[in-house]
This record gives sequence, C-alpha cells and structure tokens, in this order.
Amino acid sequence: MRSISVLKPVSGSFTQGKEMCIQLSEEERMVQKTARDFARKDIAAVVKESNRDGVFREDIYRKLAGLGFMGMTMPEEYGGVGFSNLCLALALEEISRICPSTAIAVSVHNSLANYIIYRWGSDELKNKYLPRMTSGEAIGVYALTEPNAGSDVAAISMSAVRDGDDYVLNGSKIFISTGDRAGVIIVIAKTNPAGRSRGLSAFVVEPDFPGFSVGKVEHKMGMKASTTVELVFEDCRVPASNVIGEEGQGIQIALGSLDGGRIGIAAQALGIAQTALDEAVFFGRERQQFGKRIVDFQATRWKIADMGTNIEAARLLVYRAARLRDAGEPCSKQASMAKLFASRIANEAVYDALQIHGGVGYTEEFKIERFFRDARVLEIYEGTSEIQRIVISKKILEEYEQMYPV
Amino acid sequence: MKIIVLLKRVPDTEAKILINQEGTGIREDGVKFVINPYDEYAIEEGLLMKEKIGGDSKVTVVCMGPEEATEVIRTALAMGADDAVHIADGALSYPGPFTTAAIMAKAIRDDGFDVIFCGKQAIDDDMAQVHCILAEMLDVPQVSVATTFELSDDAKKAVVGRRIEGGDEKIETSLPAVISCDKGLNEPRYASLPGIMKAKKKEIRKKSLADLGFSEVPGGGRSRILKWLPLSKGGECRMIEAEETSDAVRELVRLLREEAKVI
Repeated sequence: MRSISVLKPVSGSFTQGKEMCIQLSEEERMVQKTARDFARKDIAAVVKESNRDGVFREDIYRKLAGLGFMGMTMPEEYGGVGFSNLCLALALEEISRICPSTAIAVSVHNSLANYIIYRWGSDELKNKYLPRMTSGEAIGVYALTEPNAGSDVAAISMSAVRDGDDYVLNGSKIFISTGDRAGVIIVIAKTNPAGRSRGLSAFVVEPDFPGFSVGKVEHKMGMKASTTVELVFEDCRVPASNVIGEEGQGIQIALGSLDGGRIGIAAQALGIAQTALDEAVFFGRERQQFGKRIVDFQATRWKIADMGTNIEAARLLVYRAARLRDAGEPCSKQASMAKLFASRIANEAVYDALQIHGGVGYTEEFKIERFFRDARVLEIYEGTSEIQRIVISKKILEEYEQMYPV
Repeated sequence: MKIIVLLKRVPDTEAKILINQEGTGIREDGVKFVINPYDEYAIEEGLLMKEKIGGDSKVTVVCMGPEEATEVIRTALAMGADDAVHIADGALSYPGPFTTAAIMAKAIRDDGFDVIFCGKQAIDDDMAQVHCILAEMLDVPQVSVATTFELSDDAKKAVVGRRIEGGDEKIETSLPAVISCDKGLNEPRYASLPGIMKAKKKEIRKKSLADLGFSEVPGGGRSRILKWLPLSKGGECRMIEAEETSDAVRELVRLLREEAKVI
C-alpha cells in the first residue's frame, strides 16, 4: 500500500474554492432586504390562514412575480433580472422564515421550470414560455415523480408515443407541487420503452392540452399553503416542438437540474431553522419556571448553542454551493451536502425549539407547531437524505479514485 | 418637474446601539444601516407625484452621509428614483442640523427644484430640524408632518394634510415648498428586482464640500455634540402584593416615604 505523505487537495474542497468567506454583494443584500420586507409584511399577513385552510395564495404569488421573483436567474431578454443563484437562495431563505410553503412554488418555478426551459429548450420554447413564466402569468411546475418512480428516475413508466406532429402522453404523475395552478408543466416521460433511462424525454405541457387533468389532491402533514396533486394524462397530445432538448435527453435534464433544486430546498431549510432558533429564544426569554427565565437553564442553553452553530454551518454550505453554481463550477456534491445538512439541522432545530416551548409548542397558537410539520418533508423531497448520501459518497470516492488510484 | 427627496442613512430600527468608548459616536461594527423609515414615505410621495405628472419629471435623491451610504441611495434608486446626489466629505462627522441644511441647500439650489420631500425626522438623532432650516435657507414655505398631499391641477400649489391633536389640518402651500412626511402619507413600495437591476446603471453624483464651493464646514461651531452617553438603567420595578387594596396602598405610601423618600 502506498503511503500518503502529503495530502493533495481533493477537488471541490475548500482549499480549491474561490473564496472562503462569503460576502454578499450590494445587489444580493438589496434582494435579501426586499424578500425579507415582503415576507414580513405581505406574506405574514396571510400566513396563518392560508396554512390553516390549506390554500395556495395566488395573489401572493402574483405580487412576488410583480417584484421580479419569478425570473430571478433568467436573463433580461426573457423578462428576468439575471441575478445570481445566491440571490435566489437568499430570497427563498427569507420567504421560508415566514412561510416555507410559499417558498416551494418560488423554488420550483425558478430552479426547475425556468431553468430547464432556458438551459435545454429550443429558442421557440424559450420565446414562447419564458416571458409568460418570468412575468408570473404562468406558474411553472415540475412533474417527475410517479407511484413507482421517484428516487429511481429511470423507473418512470409514463409513456409518450410519437404520432404525427404530436406525442401522445399516457400515465400519471404524483406529489406535484402547485400542479393544480400550473401554467407550464415540465413532464418527464418515456419515449422509448426499451431504453430504460436513455428512453426518457422532457416535455412542456400546458394545462389546457386535451387529455390533461388534475387528479387526487394530497392532504399533507405540513406545507399546507402549497398544494400537492396528482396530474393525469389520458391520451394527452403534446406538439413535438414541445420536447425540451432532444428526444432521449430526459434523464440528462432530470439529473442536470437537481443541483439548483437542491440548493433551493437547502435555502428553505435554512429559513426554517432560523425561525426555529428565533422562536426558541423569544419564547425562552419570556417563559419563567422555578423563578428564572427558561433560557437561563443549561438544558435550554445547550439547545440554543447547537441550533446556532448548525445554522451557521448550514448557511456556509448553502451559500457556497450557490456561489459555485454561479461560477459555473461543478457543485453536485456541495448542493447535496447543503441539502442533506440543512434539512437535517432544520429538523433538529424545530424539534428542540418545540421542546423549549413545552406544551404550548404543541398547539396551533405558536408558530413552531407549523414549522415542526413543515420541516419534515425537507428530508424527503428533492432527493431524500439517503439519496443525498449516495451522491455525496460517490463523489468523494471518485475524487479519491482520481487522486490516489488503488 | 424637479422633485427632490432628502435621504438619511440611519442604524436599523432593530439594531442594538452602543456608544463608543470615547463617547464621540456609536459603534458601527455589526450594525445594519437602512433608509430612515420616514424618508421612505418621502421617496414614495416623490415617485407618486412623478407618476401623476408624467412628462419629464424627475425624482432626485439628495443624501449626505459616509461612503457607505451608497447602499441606501441605491435602494432609493431601486424603488424608482431617477438619480442621486451623494454629499460625502471626510470633514463631516456628525454634522449638526444647521450644517446639514446649509450644505444640502447649496446642492439643491445648484440643481434647481420644484418640490422637496423628506422624512419628518431621522430616527437616529430625532432632531427634526434640517427641513425647517433648509426651507428658510431656500426661502420657500414648509409644511411638516404631512399625512396627505394633493397637488393642484396646474402643479403650482398643493394642499397638505397634517394630523393634529383632535383632528386634521389642511394647509395650502405654493410650490416650491419643503414637505416633511409622516407615517400614513402613503405605502412605500418595495425595491423590486428589476428596480435593483436598473439602479446599478443610474447615476450617483458624488460631491465633496469643495465641489459645492465650501472652503470649510458651513455653520461649524454653531452647535457641537459634547458627549454621547448610554441610556441610564431604569429602576427596578417592585410589585406590592396584598389581599386588600387598602393594605397595598398603605404599603405603597410607606415605601414612598421610607425607602424612596419622595413624600
């Protein structure tokens, strides 16, 4: 066995990164402020009701679009503002501090729907759909998951069969966020039944295409201000010009858009974790037991220390993954790490924050109850924590294989 | 129409303010700075007026403050202001209201103006004097603490509403005038993302005292901050517990006489 006397830096580690410190630019701070102000005022005004009644507030979505939040990373020519992925992450974090459900539609719209059409779509598709999406006229959603395919993308069974100038889609997609309000749906379906993952293609589907309908509406544990539905395709005819990229490019598109989506969810987790800490401290300073504030008990202090430390660490991971993505560098490992870590610590934070609240934390009177429920899905959607660990370990082993071949 | 909006960069209302050791100012490390909240109403009113009149009306932001004030100026530009004058000079450190007004008056007079909006006061030093002195120096009327603003059709006059004890007051003023704005005047808009993008290309004209024709700080020495002191800690609150109110009152009187020694 060879001895390793001098360790070489492994690619993508901090030693090779462009910057260790993450300084926000003036533009990023301004976007963060607008998102924060809007969330604290406009979203906060409706957050309790919309989450209690399970209502997706289209008016909030339109207002966000009016402020430019639906074309954050798209260039000006398509109605976007061409800001960084870090700007998007900051906005999602701020929105999630008030209403994590609201951040779902913003994240999917920007990091999946807009991005996929912009990166792989033809000029015709870009010109046709992106201006409507960046203006907020059409809500962009992403439909990949099926009853028997989620983490295992290649197992997708929804069929798309060429028929003249159209493709005919048959099958159903489940757990589709905001699917019932969609204006533009990115659908991954199988165009070549023999070709497993290579047989997948991506389509742009509009809800008024014949044969499209919304099926079962899910009743979820949390994220109630975001709707989650089944989309049903029965002989749904989609023009061949609505294929994104080439036929057979579906797997590449599905996998190539993961990084942005994961950074988005990681940013959402960050917002949830931050609110958990905020609420824990606010409550713990007020609540007195045995003649002192519970924030002064060591048991509470330890929780606060852990929450604070984890949030700082997660924030660095998330912002750095976004920065790498902005620099056009490979960031799959960092995006997965950010998503894995931020979603875990967010769940720990809401758990501890609820514990600090005690009995009242278990009631709807206090915010933490909602954030506790909202946080759970962070470790499930956009790739489960198990999938993230597969991605991360694979990347790490590949790096070692490259640097220190056996 | 030339619409001027005065802007001040102040510590965030949520920031914890600490006085520096020498007592000559506040500790700025870790403090976030924002647009003075009352100035946001001024910006909004300026933008509303511009939108109403249309044509070649222009909203110009005038801000006196350190280099770092560009960020709040940029935010005002992102909200929709057209350009800005940023007066920054190393010689200016906590200038008094007279000095600020004198310098701003010069900058504004050089540029020309039809109306000046500003916040009713800055939330940091709460002086609420600059706009009064400024109006005097520019020899125009001023209406303070405005909660409504209606421009006449010919844009030569305005009716300004003020909230006063027990009711509202309407004042008609000729323009140009200085209007200081209060909460309730309007709902300030957010800096939209396209606004933030466009703000990058808008002009911020930097001016030093020399650029404005001053050889020294005007009005220097008229007023001087001797020392900044932290808030003194309030006294402890003690609750008097008693079954009967009369017992509680008796105990209160005893404490006031024997402990506080005030009666």
